[in-house]
Amino acid sequence: MNAALLTLAALPGWSAVVDALLLKEHNTRVVVLGVTCLGLAAGVAGTFLLLRKRSLTADALAHATLPGVALGFIVMVLAGGSGKSMPGLLVGAFVFGLLGMGWLMAIRRTTRLKDDAALGIVLSVTFGLGMALVKIAETTPGGSAAGLDRFIVGRAASMLEAEAIWLPVAAVVVTLVALLLFKELKLLCFDGAYGATQGWPTGLLDALLMGLVLAVTVIGLQSVGMLLVVALLIVPAAAARFWTQRLGVMVVVAGVIGMVSGYLGAIASALFANAPTGPIIVLLCSVMFGVSLVFGARRGVVVRVARHVRLARRIGRQHLLRALYEMHEGTDGVGHVSRSRLMRARSWSAGQLRRLMVRLVREGLIRRAADGSAALTEQGRVAARRYVRNHRLWEMYLIEHADIAPSHVDRDADAIEHVLGDAMIERLEQLLAQRFPQMALPASPHPIDFVDARETRPADVR
Amino acid sequence: MSLMTNHTPQRLHADACELPQRQVPRHPADAPLSIHDMTVAYHRKPVLWDVDLDIPQGKLVGIVGPNGAGKSTLLKAALDLVPKVSGRVLVYGKPYKKQRRMVAYVPQRESVDWDFPVDALDVVTMGTYGRIGWCVPVFRKHRRAALEALERVGMADYAHRQISQLSGGQQQRVFLARALVQDAQLYLMDEPFAGVDAATERAIVTLLHDLRAAGRTVLVVHHDLQTVREYFDQLILLNMRVVAHGPTDEVFTDANLHATYGGRLTLLSEAAEALAQQERP
Repeated sequence: MNAALLTLAALPGWSAVVDALLLKEHNTRVVVLGVTCLGLAAGVAGTFLLLRKRSLTADALAHATLPGVALGFIVMVLAGGSGKSMPGLLVGAFVFGLLGMGWLMAIRRTTRLKDDAALGIVLSVTFGLGMALVKIAETTPGGSAAGLDRFIVGRAASMLEAEAIWLPVAAVVVTLVALLLFKELKLLCFDGAYGATQGWPTGLLDALLMGLVLAVTVIGLQSVGMLLVVALLIVPAAAARFWTQRLGVMVVVAGVIGMVSGYLGAIASALFANAPTGPIIVLLCSVMFGVSLVFGARRGVVVRVARHVRLARRIGRQHLLRALYEMHEGTDGVGHVSRSRLMRARSWSAGQLRRLMVRLVREGLIRRAADGSAALTEQGRVAARRYVRNHRLWEMYLIEHADIAPSHVDRDADAIEHVLGDAMIERLEQLLAQRFPQMALPASPHPIDFVDARETRPADVR
Repeated sequence: MSLMTNHTPQRLHADACELPQRQVPRHPADAPLSIHDMTVAYHRKPVLWDVDLDIPQGKLVGIVGPNGAGKSTLLKAALDLVPKVSGRVLVYGKPYKKQRRMVAYVPQRESVDWDFPVDALDVVTMGTYGRIGWCVPVFRKHRRAALEALERVGMADYAHRQISQLSGGQQQRVFLARALVQDAQLYLMDEPFAGVDAATERAIVTLLHDLRAAGRTVLVVHHDLQTVREYFDQLILLNMRVVAHGPTDEVFTDANLHATYGGRLTLLSEAAEALAQQERP
C-alpha cells in the first residue's frame, strides 16, 4: 500500500511531462539531443555490425571498456586530480575497448578455441576486472561519490551540460563516417573475400567498423551504460530488417528507430531522476522490435500470414471453379452440382467449402440453390474455362516437354498452375500452338476422376 | 589390410613420377597466370604441395580432382585469400598484387549469405567498386554497366529482385555478371556449375565461349567428369599436387584419373569405359 502510494507520488505531473517532451529545460535539452544522436549513430553503425554478424563481438568490446573507466579514474586521482574528468574516463574506456578487441583477435589467431569461447573469455574476464577496479576506485578519497556505477547501466540525467555537449557532435561524426563508407561496408558485409580480390583492405575495413562500434559504445557509456549499449546497436537494426529488402532503407529505418528510442529514453530519465536510462531505452527498442516483427512491411508476421492466406484463397477458388466446370463439361450446361459431390472433389472441410462459396457468390461467379448445390453463372463459366485451359496447357507441357506420365500430370499441374503469369501462358500457347489453336480449350489429357462423374465424363474420345 | 594401405600411396607416387607433365617448368613471362612452387597448409596440415602451373592465354582451363584435393584453395591462394607457406604467383608476368584489375574472381555460391538486403543489380554493381575507389558513391554509369552484365547472363529481368528470391542457378549467374562487369583478362571461377539448372549451365557455357572468343583466359574449378571433355581446352588434374596438366585430350586419360582419384574411381572409370565402348560404332 505504502509502496504504491510512493510510486504514485513520484510520478511526474502532466506539465512536467509536456515540459520534458518539448525540451523546455536547458540541461534536459542537451542530454536529450545527445542521446537521440547516439541512437542515430547506433542504428546506422549497428546495421553493418548486424550484417557482419559481429553482434557479440560488440558486446565483448563494451564490457572491456569498464576496466578502462575505473583505471582512468584511479590514474587521475593518483595524479592529483579529482578523477571525475569525463574525457579522461572515456579515453580510458576507448583504450580498453581497443585492448579487448586486440585480445579477442589474439585468441582467435593463436588458439583453436571457437569464437563463442573466445568471446565468453574476453567478455567475462574484462567485466570481472572492471568490477574489481571499480571497487578499488571507490575506496579512493571521493571515489564513492564519483558514481562510477552509472557507466554500467547508464544514467542520462546525471550528465552535465559541459560533458554532454560534445556527445551529439561525436555521434553525428560516427554516422557520417558510416555513411561515407556505405559502399565499402556493404561490400565487406556481403562478400569480404571478393572485396579483397579487388584490392580492398578488408582487415582495415573491419577495424574501421569495429572502431565505429567502439565509438558508439564510448559515447553511450554514460547514458545507456556498457551492459546495454549493444542492444541499442543491434535491436534497431534487427527491427529495420523486417521493413525492407534494401540496405540503404534499412540504415535509415534503423537510425530512426534508434533516435526515437534514445529521445524517449532520455526524456524518461529526465522525468524520473534516478531511473537507469539503459534499461528504459532497451525496453523502448524492444517494443519497436516487437511491432516490426509483427507488422513489418516486408517480412513481418502479418504480411507473411496475409500472403499465405491470399494464396490459399486463390488456389481454393480456382479449384472450385474448375471442379464445377469439369463436372458439366461436354453437356455444355451450367447445371447445379450438389454440395456432397463438391465435397468429394477436393479435400475441403465443410467450413472451407462454405466460405469459398460465399466469396464466389459475392463475386457473381456462382449461384447457390436452397439445397446447398451450386452452379456457375455466365461470368463464372468464362473464368472457370480460363482456369481449366491454363491447367490443361500446363499438363500438356509437362507430358510433352518434361516427360511426366499422364497419370501423374494432374497433381503436378495443380501445384503450379496458380502461379502461372500471363507471360508464361503466352509462352505455353506458343509452344503448343500447332496443336491447339488460339483460345481453344484442349480436352483433358487424362481421364478426370470425379467420384460419380461417369455420366458427365468429358468426351475425351472426341 | 595394412599391406593395402601401405601400397596405395607408393603406387600413387610412382604414377605421378611417370607423368610427362611433371618435367622442368618453362614459365613463359607473359602467361596470364603462372604459379611457382606454391605450397599451402591449414594448421600445419598441407593442402597443396609444390604447385607449379602456367595457364596459357585465351584458353578455358578446368581444374578437377576429388573432394579435399585443394581445388578451391588453389584459386584462393593464387588470389592471396589464404596464406601461402611458399610460392609466387605472377599475373601476366607481374606479381598479382600489382595486377588485381586483370583478374576477376567468382567465389562459390555458398560462400555468402543470400539473405543479405540487396537486389541482383546491387550485387553486380559491386564488381565496379574496384574502379570507383574510396568513399565515392556508385554513379549511374556503373549501374548501367552492371545492368549490361546482367543482360549478358540473361538476368536483366531480375535486376531488382531481392537476391534470396533467386534460384540457385540465378544466383550463380549474378555472381558471374559481377565478375564480367570487372572486365578482367583472367577469370577464376570456383564451381560455377555446382547445383545449377540446365538453363544456367547452358548460359555459363555460352559465356565461357564468349570470353574465350574475346581472348580472355578462364580457370574453372569443376566437379563433373562427364562434361570435362566438352567444356575445357585444357585440364589440370589436382590432388594436393598437380597430377597432370595439359590439353584435355592428352590429359584426360584413365591412368591420370587413377592417379588423381587414387583408385576410388575404379568402378566409375570402368563403367565409363564400358559406356565409351558401347558408344563407338
